[in-house]
Amino acid sequence: MNPLLLLILIPALTMAGIMLAGDVKQARVISAVGMSAQLLFSFVLLYWFYQLRQSGNTDEMVFVSTTVWYPSLNIQLKFGIDGISMSMIMLTSIVTFAGVFVSWQVEYLTKEFFISLILLATGVFGFFISLDLFTMFLFYEVAVIPMYLLIGIWGSGPKEYSAMKLTLMLMGGSALLLVGLLGIYFNSAANGGPLTFDLMQIAKNGLPREAQMFFFPFTFIGFGILGALFPFHTWSPDGHASAPTAVSMLHAGVLMKLGGYGCFRVAMYLMPEAAHAMAWFFIILTTVSVVYGAFGAIWQKDLKYINAYSSVSHCGLVLFALLMMNETATTGALLQMISHGLMTALFFALIGMIYGRTHTRMIDEMGGLMKVIPFVSVLYVFAGLASLGLPGLSGFVAEMTIFVGSFQNVDTFHRVATIVACSSIVITAVYILRVVGILLLGPVRNNHYLELKDAMWFEKLGGVTLLVSIMIIGIAPLWLSNLLREPLAAMLNQLTN
Amino acid sequence: MTWNTLFIMRHEVLLTLLIMYELLADLSDETNRTRMVNVTIAGFFLYMLAGFVPSENAALFGGMYVNDELRVLLKNILSVSTFIVLLQSSGWAKSPIHQGRAGAFYLTLLSTLMGMFFMISAGDFLMLYLGLELATLPLALLASFDKEFRRSAEAGAKLLMSSAVSSAVLLFGLSLMYGIYGTLQMEDIAQMNLNSDIHTIAIIFFISGLGFKLSLVPFHLWTADVYEGSPLPVTTYFSVVSKGAALFTLMLVLYRVFRYQPEEWRMPLYTLSVLTMVVGNLFALRQKNMKRFLAFSSITQAGFMLLGFMNFGRIGMTTIVYFMLIYGLSNLAVFGVLSIIVRATGKESMDDLNGFYSTNPRLGLVMLLSLFSLAGIPPVAGFFGKFFLFTAAASAGMYILVFIAVLNATISLYYYLLVVKAMFINKNETPIPSIQSTFYEKLAIGICLTGILAIGFVSQLYEYIQGLM
Repeated sequence: MNPLLLLILIPALTMAGIMLAGDVKQARVISAVGMSAQLLFSFVLLYWFYQLRQSGNTDEMVFVSTTVWYPSLNIQLKFGIDGISMSMIMLTSIVTFAGVFVSWQVEYLTKEFFISLILLATGVFGFFISLDLFTMFLFYEVAVIPMYLLIGIWGSGPKEYSAMKLTLMLMGGSALLLVGLLGIYFNSAANGGPLTFDLMQIAKNGLPREAQMFFFPFTFIGFGILGALFPFHTWSPDGHASAPTAVSMLHAGVLMKLGGYGCFRVAMYLMPEAAHAMAWFFIILTTVSVVYGAFGAIWQKDLKYINAYSSVSHCGLVLFALLMMNETATTGALLQMISHGLMTALFFALIGMIYGRTHTRMIDEMGGLMKVIPFVSVLYVFAGLASLGLPGLSGFVAEMTIFVGSFQNVDTFHRVATIVACSSIVITAVYILRVVGILLLGPVRNNHYLELKDAMWFEKLGGVTLLVSIMIIGIAPLWLSNLLREPLAAMLNQLTN
Repeated sequence: MTWNTLFIMRHEVLLTLLIMYELLADLSDETNRTRMVNVTIAGFFLYMLAGFVPSENAALFGGMYVNDELRVLLKNILSVSTFIVLLQSSGWAKSPIHQGRAGAFYLTLLSTLMGMFFMISAGDFLMLYLGLELATLPLALLASFDKEFRRSAEAGAKLLMSSAVSSAVLLFGLSLMYGIYGTLQMEDIAQMNLNSDIHTIAIIFFISGLGFKLSLVPFHLWTADVYEGSPLPVTTYFSVVSKGAALFTLMLVLYRVFRYQPEEWRMPLYTLSVLTMVVGNLFALRQKNMKRFLAFSSITQAGFMLLGFMNFGRIGMTTIVYFMLIYGLSNLAVFGVLSIIVRATGKESMDDLNGFYSTNPRLGLVMLLSLFSLAGIPPVAGFFGKFFLFTAAASAGMYILVFIAVLNATISLYYYLLVVKAMFINKNETPIPSIQSTFYEKLAIGICLTGILAIGFVSQLYEYIQGLM
C-alpha cells in the first residue's frame, strides 16, 4: 500500500473513533491521539523522503501509486508527493495538531466539532497528495464544506451570515475551477492519446495555446478566491472573525494555502503560456491585495479582523511572488506559505485564548495583558515580530526571498509592483506594533482582568509547537528551501520554456 | 406467446399479478389493513428481485414492445424507487383515515408504474402514448387521494388539467411525425432520417409534452401546487418515479429514434436547461414549506439533467441515467426523513425543523448527507453525478452552459444549506420531539443511504451503465 494513503486513513480512523466515543473526554483524547499520530507520521514521511533523495532518487514525484478508478473517463486515484507537497503536509499536520489542543475546551456538540475539524484536515491532506485533477477537486470540496457547519454552529458574532458568505464564495470559486478543470481535461490530449486528468501527464502533453488562454483565468481565479485574491477576498475577514479558534487557524493557516498551491501547481504549471501572457493583470490584483490588506488591518479594532486582513495581505504576497516566475521569488512564495501558515495559526490561537479569558476582541477595551497573562502575551509578541519580518523568525526569511526574487525582474512594471508591495512591510509594522502597544503594554484597563489565569497546559502545547516551528524555519531555513528548490527547478523549467 | 415471451415481459406480468391482488384484497374485511400493507410490500419486493434476473433482448407484438438490457435497468431503477416509496408510505397507508382505501392507493400507484414501463418499452409512438396516459391519469387520482383536504382535491384537478394539455401537445407532435414519416414505428422512423422545418417543430412539441411531466420551465407551473397539495407519498412518487420515467422516455426517444438529427433537439434542450435551472433556483430560494421547497429543487435538478443531452453519444446517455439514479436516491432519502416527521407530527414547514438535530441526531445526519448529495458535495454520490453531467456537456464544448450550471449549483447550495442551518444551527425551544421510526422506514432510509454513500466510489456501476448504451 502507498504510505501516503495513511495520511487519509489516520484521520478517517480518528473520525470513526470519535463517533464511537462515549463522552466528551474520550472524544477529545481520541482526536488528540489521532492528530499526534498524524504529526508523527508526517515526520516519518519526511525522513523517508530525505532517505529516498539521498539514495539518489531524482524522480519528480515519489511514493507514486496509480489505480484506475473510472476507466471510461480515465480518472485515476493517483497519489505522489514532491518537496513542495511534503512541506505542505508538514504544515498541515502541525497546524491541525495545534488546532486540536487549542479546541480542548469546546463544550457544545464536542464530537461533531472534532469530526468536522478533522474532516476538513482530511480534505487538505488529500488535496496535497493528489496528482489527479479529479481527486484533487474532490478533496478541495471536502475541505471547504465542513467550514459551513464549523462556523455556523460553533462560531461567534454574525456567524450564520459569515458561514453562508464564506461557503458560497468558495463554492463559487470551485464553480470557476470546475470549468477550468474540465477545459484542461478535454484539451489534455491535443497530440493524440487518451484524455486524462493526470497532472504530470498533462504537463508532459502540453495544452494548446487557445485553450490555455481561455481556461487559465477560470482556474487561476477559481483557486485564487481561496487564496483571498483581491477583489474576491471579502469572505475572508468575515469568515475568520466568526469562526471558532481552531477553524480560523486551519483556515488561514492551511486552507488558504490550497489556493496558492493550486494556482501554482495547476493553473500556472499546466498553462505556462497563458500564465506569462496574463501575469501582468494578476500581478496588479495581487499588489492591490498586499497593500489593501495591510491598510485594512490598520483600521480594524477587532483582533480577528486585524489578523484576517493581514492574512489577505500575506496571502496576496504569496500569489504575487508566484507570478514573478523566477526561482528565488517562487521559493520565497512557498516559504511564505509555510511561514504565514504557522504564524497566522499562532495568532488565531492566541486571539482565541485572549477572547476566552476577556470575552472581548476589541483592542480598545483591553490593555496591560502582559502583566496578567504573560505567557500568552509573550507568544503574541513573537507572532507579531514574525509577521512583520524580524530576522531570526520565519517571516523574515520568506519576505526577504520574495522581494529579492521579485527585484530580479528588471522591467519597469515589475519593479514598480515590487516597490509598492514592499511598502506593506512598513504598514505591517505599524499595525502589529500598534496592537502590541495597546493590547499588551500599558496599564491594566479593567480590574476584573487581574484575576485571569494564564495559558493552560493544552494551550501552551499548541502555542509552543507553532512557535518552535516558526523559530526553526527562521534560524535554519536552508533545509526547507532546499526541499522546495529541487521540485521548483523542474516546474520553473516548464514555466519558462 | 410462449413462456419466454412472458419472461421477457416479467416486469409487466408480475406487476399485473400484484395489481390483481390489490383488487381482490380490497374485498376482504377491513381489519386486515396491516396485513395488506405487509403483503403488498413483500410481494413488490419479490417482483423487484425477479426484475433483476437477466433476460434476452427482444421485440414483441410486431415491434410494439421492445425490451433490452438498458430498458430492464431503467425499469429496475423505477422499481427500486417505487419500493422505497411503498416502504415510506407504510405508516401513512395504515393510518386510520385511510381505512379501507389502502387497496385503492396501491392499485392506482402500481397502475401508473405499469404505464411507465410501457412508455419505456414502447417500440411505437402509439404505445408510448398509451403508456403515458396510463401513467398520468391515475396520478391525478393519487394527487387527490386525501380528498377530505381541499388542497389535495385541488392538486388532483390541477394535475388533470395540465396533463390533459401536455398530452394534447405531445399528440400534436406525434401527429406531425406521422404526417412526415407515414408511420409511428420508432425503428422505421429512425432509419428514414428526414430533415425539415416541420420535423423540428414536431420534435419541439414532443419535448414540450414530456417537459410537462419532467416539470421543465416553462411547463412547470403545476408542480409546486400539486407537490404541496398531494399526500407526501404521492409527492415523493412524483418527484422521483414519475420524473424518472419521463426522463428515460425522452432519452430513449431522442437518442434512439432521432439519433441522426441531434442538432434539432440540442438547442431547444439547451434553452430549456438554462431556463429551468435559473427559474427553479430563484423560486426555491424563498420557499418555507418543505414540499414546495422540494418541488422547486426538483425542477432545478431537472434542468441539470438536461445537460447530459448535450453529448450525443454514450457519455450523454450514461450520465443521464447515472444522475437520475443518484438524484432519485438522494431525493427519496430527504422525503424519507420528511415522511417520518410528517407521520409523527404532521409538520412540514422549514421552521419546524429548527433544532431538529438536537432531538433526532440520526435523522438529522441522514438529511444532511442527502441534501449534500442533492447539492453535489463530495464525498457523497451527488458530486459524482453532477461532475459527470458537467463532463458530458463540456465534452460537446458547451463550457458556457457548464458555467451557468455550476453557478446554479452554487445557488442551490444556498437553499440546501438553509435546511441544514435550520436543523443544526437555529435554536428552538420546542423542537420536534425524538421520533421512533418503524422497521420499514429504517429499511427505506438504509437503502437510500447505502446508495448515496457507495455509488460514487463503486465505479463499476458507472461502467456497467455505460456498457449498456
